[in-house]
Amino acid sequence: MQDRQARIEDITFKMKNGKVALDTGSTAGADGHSHPAHAGHEQSGHAQPAPAQPQRPQPVQSANIIPLSSIGFRPVAPKLDLEAVRARLKGKQGQQYWRSLEELSDTEEFQELLEREFPRQAPRDWEPLSRRDFLKLMGAGLALAGLSGCAYQPAEKIVPYVKQPEDLVPGKPLYFATAATLGGYAMGVLAESHMGRPTKLEGNPDHPASLGATDVFTQASLLTLYDPDRSQSVRKMGNISTWDIFLGEMVGEMQKHRANRGAGLRVLTEAVTSPTLAAQFAALKTAFPESRWHSYEPVNRDNVHAGAQLAFGADVQPLYHFERAEVILSLDADFLLEEPNRVRYARDFISGRRVREGKTEMNRLYAVESTPTITGAMADHRLPMRASDIEGFARALAQQLGVTGVTGSTPADAKWLTALAKDLTSHGGASLVVAGMEQPPIVHAIAHAINEKLGGAGKTVVYTGRVQASAADQAASLRNLVADMNAGRVETLIILGANPVYNTPSDIKFAAALNRVPLRIHQGMYEDETSVQCQWHIPEAHYLEAWSDARAYDGTVSVVQPLIQPLYDSHSSHEMMAVLLGQSDSPGYDVVRSYWQERLGVSGEAFEKQWRKIIHDGIVANTDARPVTVAVKSGFAGAVTPSAAATSMEIIFRPDPSIWDGRFANNGWLQELPRPLTKLTWDNAAIISPASATSNKLASGDMVELTYRGKKAQAPVWVMPGHADNSVTIHLGYGRTRGGQLGTGTGRCNAYSLRPADAPWFGTGVELRKTGEIYTLAGTQHHHLIDAKTPGKGTSAVDTTFNRDIIRSGAIGEFQKNPHFLEEGHHEGERASMQPPEWPSDTAQRGMEASGRAHGTVDQAQGELIAPNQWGMVIDINACIGCNACTVACQAENNIPTVGKDQVARGREMHWIRIDTYYRGELDNPEAYFQPLACMHCEKAPCEPVCPVEATSHSAEGINEMTYNRCIGTRYCSNNCPYKVRRFNFLQYTDQKSPVIQLMKNPDVTVRSRGVMEKCTYCVQRVNNARIEAEKEDRPIRDGEVVTACQQVCPTEAIVFGNIRDSKSKVADARSQPHHYGLLKELNTEPRTTYLARLRNPNLELEPTPVDTRSDDTTEETGERKEHG
Amino acid sequence: MAEEWPTLNVTERQKRGQKTTQPADAAGSRRATGDQAPYGQYSEGHVQYAQAATSEETFDLIGPGHSYESVTRKISDIVLRTPVTVKWLLAVMVSGALLALLGVSILYLLLKGVGIWGNNQPVGWAFGIINFVWWIGIGHAGTLISAILLLLHQNWRTSINRFAEAMTIFAVMCAGLYPLLHVGRHQYAYWMFPVPNTMGLWPQFRSPLIWDVFAVSTYFTVSLLFWYVGLIPDLAVLRDRSKNRAAKVIYGSLALGWRNSALHWRRYTALYLLLAGLSTPLVLSVHTIVSFDFSVGIVPGWHSTIFPPYFVAGAVFAGFAMVLILAIPLRALCGLKDLITMRHLENCAKVMLATGLIVFYGYVMEVFFGWYSANTYEKYMTFESRMFGPYAWSYWSLILCNGIVPQILWFKKMRTSIPVLFIVSIIVSIGMWLERFVIIVTSLTRDFLPSSWDMYYPTIWDWATYIGTFGLFFTLFLLFVRSLPVIAIAEMRELVHHHGHSASFVEHESEVVEHDKVPAH
Repeated sequence: MQDRQARIEDITFKMKNGKVALDTGSTAGADGHSHPAHAGHEQSGHAQPAPAQPQRPQPVQSANIIPLSSIGFRPVAPKLDLEAVRARLKGKQGQQYWRSLEELSDTEEFQELLEREFPRQAPRDWEPLSRRDFLKLMGAGLALAGLSGCAYQPAEKIVPYVKQPEDLVPGKPLYFATAATLGGYAMGVLAESHMGRPTKLEGNPDHPASLGATDVFTQASLLTLYDPDRSQSVRKMGNISTWDIFLGEMVGEMQKHRANRGAGLRVLTEAVTSPTLAAQFAALKTAFPESRWHSYEPVNRDNVHAGAQLAFGADVQPLYHFERAEVILSLDADFLLEEPNRVRYARDFISGRRVREGKTEMNRLYAVESTPTITGAMADHRLPMRASDIEGFARALAQQLGVTGVTGSTPADAKWLTALAKDLTSHGGASLVVAGMEQPPIVHAIAHAINEKLGGAGKTVVYTGRVQASAADQAASLRNLVADMNAGRVETLIILGANPVYNTPSDIKFAAALNRVPLRIHQGMYEDETSVQCQWHIPEAHYLEAWSDARAYDGTVSVVQPLIQPLYDSHSSHEMMAVLLGQSDSPGYDVVRSYWQERLGVSGEAFEKQWRKIIHDGIVANTDARPVTVAVKSGFAGAVTPSAAATSMEIIFRPDPSIWDGRFANNGWLQELPRPLTKLTWDNAAIISPASATSNKLASGDMVELTYRGKKAQAPVWVMPGHADNSVTIHLGYGRTRGGQLGTGTGRCNAYSLRPADAPWFGTGVELRKTGEIYTLAGTQHHHLIDAKTPGKGTSAVDTTFNRDIIRSGAIGEFQKNPHFLEEGHHEGERASMQPPEWPSDTAQRGMEASGRAHGTVDQAQGELIAPNQWGMVIDINACIGCNACTVACQAENNIPTVGKDQVARGREMHWIRIDTYYRGELDNPEAYFQPLACMHCEKAPCEPVCPVEATSHSAEGINEMTYNRCIGTRYCSNNCPYKVRRFNFLQYTDQKSPVIQLMKNPDVTVRSRGVMEKCTYCVQRVNNARIEAEKEDRPIRDGEVVTACQQVCPTEAIVFGNIRDSKSKVADARSQPHHYGLLKELNTEPRTTYLARLRNPNLELEPTPVDTRSDDTTEETGERKEHG
Repeated sequence: MAEEWPTLNVTERQKRGQKTTQPADAAGSRRATGDQAPYGQYSEGHVQYAQAATSEETFDLIGPGHSYESVTRKISDIVLRTPVTVKWLLAVMVSGALLALLGVSILYLLLKGVGIWGNNQPVGWAFGIINFVWWIGIGHAGTLISAILLLLHQNWRTSINRFAEAMTIFAVMCAGLYPLLHVGRHQYAYWMFPVPNTMGLWPQFRSPLIWDVFAVSTYFTVSLLFWYVGLIPDLAVLRDRSKNRAAKVIYGSLALGWRNSALHWRRYTALYLLLAGLSTPLVLSVHTIVSFDFSVGIVPGWHSTIFPPYFVAGAVFAGFAMVLILAIPLRALCGLKDLITMRHLENCAKVMLATGLIVFYGYVMEVFFGWYSANTYEKYMTFESRMFGPYAWSYWSLILCNGIVPQILWFKKMRTSIPVLFIVSIIVSIGMWLERFVIIVTSLTRDFLPSSWDMYYPTIWDWATYIGTFGLFFTLFLLFVRSLPVIAIAEMRELVHHHGHSASFVEHESEVVEHDKVPAH
């Protein structure tokens, strides 16, 4: 990491005015987009998109397609009823552009003609044919559209550098600090750049929201950059236009608004934290006082802000310090996945749970939740409860804890509540109550009141000013906009980045209102549901293409630095705002930089120095929001009447754990990422509890029609152990109608069509009706239960798996008494080994060593490790929160293709590291366990001797290696792998043709073709890089110098990698822990990847007998747990 | 059988250095290269007699009334004289269509990749390897009949060995396709052979797949040689009896100048015995090695020491079932009921019964060791996954097909009923296919980590490829029936010879016509 930092320092130092002082004769960068490593384009010379290319290839949907009429098919000429046309024109108001009489007449024939001419707009009735083909072509997701968009340059001579750029060494990546945003909040990243192409995003260790880790969204945002479906050109009325034409038209438009002080000028954004953008909006307000800025984010934090307002009467937001908490209660809060500060929270939360010899204190997490989440899976005590009942629970708890002014009836789980209240009280200032963003403001307010009462305020939770610059109540902001649009008060609506036609609540009827706005301008990365309804569509730049800034949840500002010139004719929202402000020639870089020059209040050399540091560090120092002291208003609860308990079925809307609100619908990595716990891919589902499934006679895969407040939608059922009964969860983001090739039509249920504006997260009164259709849901894991009894089946298959010692878990109390208690009962030596102790490879290796060929190996006979580096990995399943970040990081690092829903359903997903999930206990409320599983790099690997062509072999450093170009694909190795971690390219999954996808590939990792086996390599390319560096400096590889992709991204540092031979290494330390164990070790495979057992910290009042996997009388215990659970 | 095998006597005499006086005198020689009487002189009545003989079932090794000439005539006429029948044409059309299906399947496979099959992550092997093992198993009977029964002096083998050997060769050809097709990168499948190359890389000899390559290719080569060597005297018969110039040339070149001389016979018998000796261990080794593909793996349900004998027995079991499936229509359609008699069918049934019991013992032992090993995974595999898991239907069908149904062969009445034999043989073939399905698919779907458990569903291409190999098999077999003698003529004549002199055939002595034509020695 230090080396990387140093390199960053060097390169950024060479930057002047945001441009790199590289003399390559290139015109790149001349338009003001800084492009630190653009020279790579020149060198690689081909298939590189160059924004300044005069000839832009015609995208497939351009009018140059030969009309069908010319190839023998003559469409019937639409009959024109000119009178009707005239009447229609008369009815139109304001400026209406039309292209032809046919369009105006808008006859069926014209629509038909349109569809014929522009097949892309046609319904996807050819989809069954296309899917396989397109799956074949897309690597990370996508296909032929890229061919047209990514400028295939004419053949040109490759001229070597006249002057070699100092820091640009081919084959050596450079790292640049920048920031990714989701919901407006920044996640600091260090982007790896190979010859000017960003190929991997890693967390910025200096960034408070990241601390070096990242999450799935950040990891996968790389694929969005290279998505061939991104919109590629400015469009006016659906036709290709140019930015200049747009600018020209906007001049007149803005002059008009200048005259009326901006009346009718509206801008709609998503949530915004960018100080520069906020300043631009302030400037807009000054220039056009009547203009309005609206913002709407479908997954918004309105409840959090309203809750703080309710409790404190102040516009503040809570910032939790899990590392200071000993007892934590989550009230439907998925703080490990949904909170904007999720990565930091995960780190802090786990830092209070990490158990090592001598450090056996663990925090205790109680979770009361409706939909099972990864937070609930980490809980020591979890209580499934309908989302609408949580308010009652919170009130009862507040009453029990003596919060003044809050009363509530005692819920059914009185014992649970009492024990919880006692535990919270006894931990005084080290307790913390967290309310979920889906919960209404009153629950947040009660949580604030409890925290204040228990003394947590200021310790485990601090309050800061609101970081988000956009409206605190986004639902209201959207409502106002729609009201104004309907009233005809909006003349020009500029939509920056948002997709309101798709993701606003259906009852607000945004689409209809939008059509009443005379001038509609949409800026977005995709041509989506909204852009088709707008006259203008402007491609939006990806954050790796444009300058910007953003704040993290704690307020810290990052400057977003681009790494590559925009691949297409795209512009940032700052540039759009500059247009509105009449500074149409201002490049984004100047906008951002001049804002900071003004804000920092320095100029000249002093500013340059500070600016360089900001760019280098990725953060602006001391910009985090300062804690403010606030006090809970007495009687806050009186203002809110307790919501009446309803017994009808409840519907819960949640952001999808992978594609979020639908913005990642076209991202293959995220679509194919098995959702935590459900393990579903490519779909959302109506998730219900086993009891609800039984009472409604439903099973997973049954299609149901949901009727909610008069709206209907269909979704397949997924039965989820631990879900609250009488409640159904639908994830947002599916059912896109214009979501790109992957997003369109994927997932059956558009949750927005059911979602009401006044109750965006949950409500009661949904009805399920089985349609009789059976829907195929593609999941990656079909067997979850590790020891639950299947009702009515007696001993079932799953009982047997219980003995397999896959997950070791136990209570921390037992561990404190006897750290080795988990090993008891697992006498590996006594088990029948399925392999002879002496594996032929040992003899072979010894022979090699004797002849001096090998650097060394594991010598079983002497029990000594010969090579200086013996790589090994330890995964602490006590720290794994199942967030999937490792899976996507590995996919990005190792050029792993996606395969599509059909292939996942066949069991052919390619992830090198997967999160196995197991349940224990009762179906209604089981404990969940996560176990990340990648190649174990067995010292006696069963895969090796069976390969007929010796394509998989062992390195002297203990890595089980795959020689791809030797592999002929017999799949024998995979059959013989007890861990089933090998992945086979059954079809040509990797897109080797689309140039834009090729740009994304990590050049250090072989791209695999059809018919080749692949698997985790311990990121051998990173090992080799470290070895080269170490050899250059003639020193051993330092501990921590090799960081695998999964380890790097892990928010909780659950993965440790290093040299097991070095007794001082972190990995050796982890291996010496008493709760360390190897998976399936009794097979004598001697895995190099091993695990630390999961430890739980149950409240002894709720769980008198500690449970561990050894006991055979688990049923009794689970029965007992059920009693109070 | 009490009668001696004359060729053995030859070798014994040679060993003892005695001068051999052979049946291969001038008369015998003439007879071997074609009957003395030209075809045109063959009486109508004789043909009628021979046809009459075919309509009756007999328990003798050969129907009554056969002479050297009639045997020769009867067998070689199927190739040379009988006109092409509609039935044969129809059969060729059906099997040719299936062969075309195989062609399409293979073409599509090469274009798209092995992903067109249903294999997936836990189930790396499925139809490809099931069918490979199944066809290889079928291929066992031929060589067993030719070689082992030859060495064991079982002369009832004579009338079935030729087509059984052909069956072996065609079955091994079908089997051999699968390992080549099931790999991911077909263009490099040859890397499994020890081809000297610039990379200096050899196959990995620790892998059972490499042993397979050697075992199967050796088996195929030796079986082909054995079959061809056995054919040489008969090819000479065809050469001499064919009127068509082209046929004369083709058979003539294939007959390698066979002149039926004593020297020829001496070398021929020596070579034939040598090859029989060479083939015998191969019969045992091939399926032993195929079973190593599984027993070397650590997958529960594969990792078993009982596999080699149980696989070999299963192969013989399946092979004899296939012999019966082929023999029953063959003897009916080609009028060979007097050459492939009920005695042959019954003997095949007996072998099936015996080997079926060994196979069933194997099943019982798997269950026993599943319990006795006390290994969690083995126990789960045998007692839960196989018996009650999602593929339980395949396990219980297997027990029914291979364990229970063959038991009716204990009854002579059943053993000698042609419909029963035919149906049992088909059931056994299905059962043997299911056995491989159970071993391969059921074991792979649920091995060690429940998180990886997944189901396997064959695709339309799996079935098309499987059914397509029937097209290959039956097309080759139908062409064989029309182009080569389905029964070894020379050996049948020897049988006729022994009939004439064997005490057990005395009661038929009077019925043997043209007795004077039997060579004296």
